[in-house]
Amino acid sequence: MPIEILMPALSPTMEEGTLSKWLKNEGDKVTSGDVIAEIETDKATMEVEAVDEGVIGKILIAAGTENVKVNTAIAVLLQDGESASDIAAPKAAAPAAEPAKAEAAPVKSEAAAPVAAQPKADIPSDPDIPAGTEMVSTTVREALRDAMAEEMRRDPDVFVMGEEVAEYQGAYKITQGLLQEFGARRVIDTPITEHGFAGVGVGAAMSGLKPIIEFMTFNFAMQAIDQIINSAAKTLYMSGGQMGAPIVFRGPNGAAARVGAQHSQDYATWYSQIPGLKVVMPYTAADAKGLLKAAIRDPNPVVFLENEILYGQSFDVPKMDDFVLPIGKARIHRKGNDVTIVSFGIGMTYAVKAVAELEKEGIDAELIDLRTLRPMDLPTVIESVKKTGRLVTVEEGYPQNSIGTEIATRVMQQAFDYLDAPVLTIAGKDVPMPYAANLEKLALPSVAEVVQAVKTVCYK
Amino acid sequence: MIEFPQLSLHVPEPAVRPGGMPDFSNVNIAKAGSVPRPPVDAAPEDIRDLAYSIIRVLNRDGEAVGPWAGLLSDEELLTGLRNMMKLRAFDARMLMAQRQGKTSFYMQHLGEEAVSCAFRKALRKGDMNFPTYRQAGLLIADDYPMVEMMNQIFSNEKDPLRGRQLPIMYSSKEHGFFTISGNLATQYVQAVGWAMASAIKNDTKIAAAWIGDGSTAESDFHSALVFASTYKAPVILNIVNNQWAISTFQGIARGGSGTFAARGLGFGIPALRVDGNDYLAVYAVSCWAAERARRNLGPTLIEYVTYRVGAHSTSDDPSAYRPKTESEAWPLGDPVLRLKKHLIVRGVWSEERHVQAEAEILDEVIQAQKQAEVHGTLHAGGKPSVRDIFEGVYAEMPAHIRRQRQKAGY
Repeated sequence: MPIEILMPALSPTMEEGTLSKWLKNEGDKVTSGDVIAEIETDKATMEVEAVDEGVIGKILIAAGTENVKVNTAIAVLLQDGESASDIAAPKAAAPAAEPAKAEAAPVKSEAAAPVAAQPKADIPSDPDIPAGTEMVSTTVREALRDAMAEEMRRDPDVFVMGEEVAEYQGAYKITQGLLQEFGARRVIDTPITEHGFAGVGVGAAMSGLKPIIEFMTFNFAMQAIDQIINSAAKTLYMSGGQMGAPIVFRGPNGAAARVGAQHSQDYATWYSQIPGLKVVMPYTAADAKGLLKAAIRDPNPVVFLENEILYGQSFDVPKMDDFVLPIGKARIHRKGNDVTIVSFGIGMTYAVKAVAELEKEGIDAELIDLRTLRPMDLPTVIESVKKTGRLVTVEEGYPQNSIGTEIATRVMQQAFDYLDAPVLTIAGKDVPMPYAANLEKLALPSVAEVVQAVKTVCYK
Repeated sequence: MIEFPQLSLHVPEPAVRPGGMPDFSNVNIAKAGSVPRPPVDAAPEDIRDLAYSIIRVLNRDGEAVGPWAGLLSDEELLTGLRNMMKLRAFDARMLMAQRQGKTSFYMQHLGEEAVSCAFRKALRKGDMNFPTYRQAGLLIADDYPMVEMMNQIFSNEKDPLRGRQLPIMYSSKEHGFFTISGNLATQYVQAVGWAMASAIKNDTKIAAAWIGDGSTAESDFHSALVFASTYKAPVILNIVNNQWAISTFQGIARGGSGTFAARGLGFGIPALRVDGNDYLAVYAVSCWAAERARRNLGPTLIEYVTYRVGAHSTSDDPSAYRPKTESEAWPLGDPVLRLKKHLIVRGVWSEERHVQAEAEILDEVIQAQKQAEVHGTLHAGGKPSVRDIFEGVYAEMPAHIRRQRQKAGY
C-alpha cells in the first residue's frame, strides 16, 4: 500500500500552514529522517522529515500552497515493488482552507437607557467609526503588534521587554518586526526571571517610562505577582499620589491546548480583585487593538490578558489613524430580548456558537462582551438583565469566586426584582487542567453546556 | 561638578547570528587531565580555580588521562555507552512520533546524553533528583522501562500519570525522579529543602537539583544557593550550560560572572566546571560532589559545559537565531562518539560492534513503542478514563468534586 505523507503539526495549536518548498521530487528515493519539504506557519519555519522509506510517487500539494490543513495528504510514498499506478485517487481532504471567517463584525454598543433615581456611571463610549471606513480583516496577533508599534511611534517613552521579544520576535510572534523598527534599546530580551523583569519594569515605570512587559504566558507571571500587586498596583496609593506605575503587563492567559496543569490557568478573576489594577481581556482583534493602545496610554498599571488560541483568529478592524477604545466599557456583541449572556475573552467563542444554535431554536439571546474586567461595566449588564430577566455567564476559569459569580452577586443585589430565573454561571471544572486531549476538552466549558444553561433559565 | 558622559545600556550579544560563521574561540578549554582533583573536604576558598577551568578526562586520542580518570570498569563504561545510545535512539523515535501526531510535543537530548546518564551512576537508591525536561537519561540509566516513558508521552490508557501531565514530564518516586515542573527553576530551591529535610531527619539520602543556563536568572536559583550555603544542605546543585535558552544565548543569564560555576563562589559553595560531553569526567565530578554531600560536607555546584545540538523542543526552530552549522563547530565533540572511541582504544569495542549495538537498540526501542501504541497514542486508541480528571485533585475526594464526577457519569 502506498503511504500517504501528511501535513505535520508543529504544535498543538497549529491548524494549517504554507507548504513553502519541496526538497525532493517525484521519483526521488527517501529514507527515514531525510528532509523532504519545508513548511511555514505564522510562528516558525520547519523541515518535514520522512518517517518511512520509499520513493516519492506523487506530490499532491504543490510548493507555495498556503493554508494547507494539518493531516492533509501532501505526497504519496511508494514502497518496494509499487508504482505510481498503485496510487488511489487522493482522498477529499486537500482543498486549501478558507481563511477563518470572522464572527459578526464588532457592533458599536448603544448607550443603555437611563435609569431613574440612580446616578449614571460615567463610562466613555466607543469612538464613532465614520461611515465608509475601510474594515481590514486582521488577526488578533497582528492587531496587538500594530497597537504596540503605533504607540511606540507616538511616544518614545514606550518600550517592550520580556523573554524572546526581540531577536526571536516573540514566543508567539506578537512582537514581530518591532526589533527591526525600534532597535534593541526599546525592544529588550531579558534573562529568564519574571520576578526580575516585572520588577525592573515597575522600576522603569516609576521613573517615568511606559513599559510593556510581555509574559511568555501569565502562568509564568505567578512569580512576578508580588511585583504586580504589591508594587505596581499599590505604589500610587501608598505614596499619597506622588508616584505610580504606568505599565502594561501583557501575554497569553488561560488554556491553550495540551499544555497541562501548570500552563493552562485563567487569571481573569485573580487580577480583577485588586484595587489599583485595570484588567482587560479582549476577544476580537478590534478590541485587542483599541484596548491595548488605551492600556499603554493609561497612567495606571494594566493587566492585559490575551489568549493563544485567539491569536490566529481574524476579525474586522477599522482602518483609522488612531483607533483607541475606552477601558471599562462592555460591548454588546449581539442584541436580543430573551436572555442575557455575559462573557469575555476566549469565553466568547463558546457564547457566540451557543447564540447561533439558540437562534435556530427560537431563543433570541443578547450577548455582552465585557472586554474589561476591572473596572467592570455592570450598568450595561444590569440594563440588559432588566430587559431580558435572565442571565447566563460564560468563562473558562475555575468556578469558585469566578467573574460569573461576581456578576451574579451584583445582579442579585441591583436587579433582583427583574430576574425571572436564578443566574447560571458556566465555567471550567474545579480541577487542575489535565493534559490528555479527551480530558482537557471535558475540563473546559462546552457550547452544549451554554445552550443547556440558557434553556434552563428560559424554562425550556 | 564633574561632567560625566551620557549613560547607555549594555546588551550582550552572542558571537554569531544566523548567516555568520560559528565561532567558539571564546570557549576556553583546559587540556584533558590537567585540572587537579582536590580531596572532597578541601576548603571552598582553596579550590576557587575549579569554577573557571574545565575538568576533562578523555583526550583527543580517546585516552582517559589525569587525576579524575580510572573510576569505571570496562563493563560499566560499556553500559554507559549503551545508555547514551538508547537515549539517543529513544529521542529520534519520539521526535518522529510527534511529527506523526502521536504526541503533541517532544524535547530531545541530542549532544547532552552524557550529563544525565553519567550522573545517575553517582546516586544511590533513595536519593532524589529534581530534574528539568532534558534529563531523561536519569531514568534510562536507572533502567526505568521505556514503555512507561512512551505511555506517558502518548498519554494513553496506561499512562502512569493518567493523562494529566505534558509529554516527557515524567515522574517516578521509585527511580528518584521528582515530578518535573513545567515552570523553570521552581524545583531548584525545593531540592535544597528536600536535602535539608534529609539532614533534619538524620537520614543518609541526598538530593540533586537541576537547572539550565538560562533559568539561573530566576530568583529561585539564588534563594537555593543562600539556603544550601547557610545550612550546608546535602545537595548537588547542577547547572547544565547547553549554550542556548531557546533563542537566548547563555551570556544573557551569565552576565559578568565569567562562568555559571562562579555563581557558587560568592556563597562559599565549592564549584566545579566540567566537560559535559565527557562521560568519564561527568561521572568523576558527580561522585566527588555526592561524596561531599554524604560526608555531611555540604553542597557542591557543578556546571556541565555542553551544547544543545537539537531544537529546544518540537515547537522551536533554531535556524532563526543561530547558524545552522554551529553544533558541528562545538569544540567538545559528541558524547557518544567520544566514549565509543575510548572503548575502542581500550580494546573492548569496535566499529562493527557499535553498528550492531545501534541496530539492537533501535529494535529494542521499536519493540517498546509497539507495546506502548497498543494502549493508544494522543489521538488514537486507548485513552485515560474520564474518572482521572477528578482523582488526585486532593488526597481524598471532597464532596463537590465527587458530584462533578458523578455528573460526568463516572
